[in-house]
Amino acid sequence: MNTINLALRNLWRNHRRSLTTLLAMIVGAVSILLFGGYSGNINYGLQSGFVQHSGHLQIQHKDYFLYGSGNPAAYGIPNYQHIIDVVQNDAVLKPMLTVVTPTLNLGGIAGNFSQGVSRTVIGAGVVIDDQNRMRRWNDYGFPYHFKSLALTGTSPDSAVIGTGVARVLQLCGPLQVKHCPQAPAKVVTDGARAPDDIAALSAQEASGQPAQADTHIELLAANAHGAPNVAGLNVVKAELQGVKELDDLYVMLHLQQAQKLVYGGDAPQATAVVLQLQHTSQLPAARARLEELLRTTLKGEALEVHDFATLNPSYGQITGMFAAIFGFIAILIGAIVLFTVGNTMSMAVVERTVEIGTLRAIGLRRGGIRRLFVTEGLLLGVIGSVLGVLAALALAWLINHGGLTWTPPGNVEPVPLMVRVWGEARMIVGTAIGLTVVAVLSAWWPARRAARLEIVDALRHV
Amino acid sequence: MNPVVLRNVAKHYRLDAVDVPALTDINVEIHAERFTVLSGPSGSGKTTLLNLIGCIDRPDSGELLVDGQEVLKLKDDALSDFRARRIGFVFQNFNLLPVLSAYENVEYPLLLSGKALNATQRRERVRALLDAVGLSDKANNRPGQLSGGQRQRVAIARALATEPMLVLADEPTANLDSHTGASIIELMRKMQRELRVSFVFSSHDPQVLAAADDVISIRDGRITDIRRLDHAVGTHPQPSPVPVQAHGHQQASRLEGTA
Repeated sequence: MNTINLALRNLWRNHRRSLTTLLAMIVGAVSILLFGGYSGNINYGLQSGFVQHSGHLQIQHKDYFLYGSGNPAAYGIPNYQHIIDVVQNDAVLKPMLTVVTPTLNLGGIAGNFSQGVSRTVIGAGVVIDDQNRMRRWNDYGFPYHFKSLALTGTSPDSAVIGTGVARVLQLCGPLQVKHCPQAPAKVVTDGARAPDDIAALSAQEASGQPAQADTHIELLAANAHGAPNVAGLNVVKAELQGVKELDDLYVMLHLQQAQKLVYGGDAPQATAVVLQLQHTSQLPAARARLEELLRTTLKGEALEVHDFATLNPSYGQITGMFAAIFGFIAILIGAIVLFTVGNTMSMAVVERTVEIGTLRAIGLRRGGIRRLFVTEGLLLGVIGSVLGVLAALALAWLINHGGLTWTPPGNVEPVPLMVRVWGEARMIVGTAIGLTVVAVLSAWWPARRAARLEIVDALRHV
Repeated sequence: MNPVVLRNVAKHYRLDAVDVPALTDINVEIHAERFTVLSGPSGSGKTTLLNLIGCIDRPDSGELLVDGQEVLKLKDDALSDFRARRIGFVFQNFNLLPVLSAYENVEYPLLLSGKALNATQRRERVRALLDAVGLSDKANNRPGQLSGGQRQRVAIARALATEPMLVLADEPTANLDSHTGASIIELMRKMQRELRVSFVFSSHDPQVLAAADDVISIRDGRITDIRRLDHAVGTHPQPSPVPVQAHGHQQASRLEGTA
């Protein structure tokens, strides 16, 4: 009759109370795992979104991240194609890479001068084929339905704008944007008119455009020499960007058009070389290798490397917030389990006081009594954790196959509601071990009290 | 060597702010391989004395030797081991472990005692004991499935499992009807003789007193009388009603003790 066998029988003796305690543990484990699976899914979803749009890593001109976002002329990378070649041909990096592509971000003013409206915008010049490949990244198996970018197969002067930009530029009608309220009657301002040279540039650019005048805009930006330059763009689509601030500013255009706008006839540059990896787990190795290349092969280039978490601070903020909530829930559940198991074991000690006295009288040491009750707590912990994990897996499966959807912050389309428990070994093992440890700790005090009972007092207990 | 020797033993209990003497100036020796009864009215101190002899309680002063061992010098774990190997207990309420079968209840002390028995030897010993107490067909029954008399038989088998030199029984017939009580006394008497073990009872049951070899009478925490009766043969001897100390009756002889 070993201690585990005896402890199991003692638990079964009062099976109703043991089951109630186990139920509390199961509910606790399920709560922790389902919320953990949910917040883990949000983490993966955010990560996938950022990686699909801006890659895992970006090589940028030194200090561009801090000071250069509005100044592509000063912080451009002139020989970006050489850098891309070096990265793509590097033996260490090559097996990790899915896409290496240049981008050019610029700030400017978009105007629909035929309507007399304009607004500041942020433009992103991209290689559309590369971006389409990046959007296919789905390392976490989300049920995405991949759609090609609206700029796919369009002419070099095509652009996609945010619906907020379309609203201000009075393009909702021509672009057939849904839920886009008609702008009020033109507001006459007392502001100064555009300088004559800008107006002339605009007129010159507009004169060369084909007939699709109702979707035509001009994008004004400073060129590499600090002088204004205008590019005529044909807007093919207005798309919601999920975040209003971005929706009101966003213009996506072909890289060569953006380069032409900023650098004119000079050698084209890029503000970043974007690297997308096969798996996020490769990020530390890839980053280390890139930094080594910057110290060796690309020595002398004023470059630096940033990962997606640095480039998108909201990622850390959101995941941090969910981690804090998860920690709070885990502590709360832990406290509930602590008191539930502690109460169960305390009641068992009181009810079995005579039995404790008997065991001590026939020769069981104090340590044996302590071990018996701690083992009962341990068994409650192990059984409760295992059943809790199984229940959480079953519930997660039901949720994941229930067809539920939700629209995460920053998203436009609703996404399936998913709770990732299966495969999250670290979370499962951590939760199970954590709850078991809590159960053992909560059994420790009653066990200690039982072991310290005087034998004659215990035998006299009524 | 006498299995139990008490010298100048005293024990007090604290009841709120009042010290209540439970035993005072106890000097007595328990003879080996005899059926000794501690007799006295309720509250006289017989159970306290039994607890001291059983090493489950400690006196406030005095000297206590059990099986030649100065048990008061032993630390708690060593005392537990000593009890496991050398002393068996039979309780008034049987005190069997309800989650164990009759077989397992008898086997459990063997596991605690650390006796070098392999599984087969252990099984043979438990079977023999259950057979001896007439419960070989109830080996797999839990205590809840046994009558009071059967439970006490299992308790007797458990007490004898480790072949102790001393078995202590605290009013073993108090919760049994007279017929069952008589059969339990008879069983214990038989086992005591067969196994040549010392039995010490606390009891005021006339049936138990009738079976005793030695009777130690206690009143108000003091030994008032010690009688040694000539019951070496026979199952139902009549104890001498006259304490040696008081009257010097020839049929009873004083044990090595004073009260």
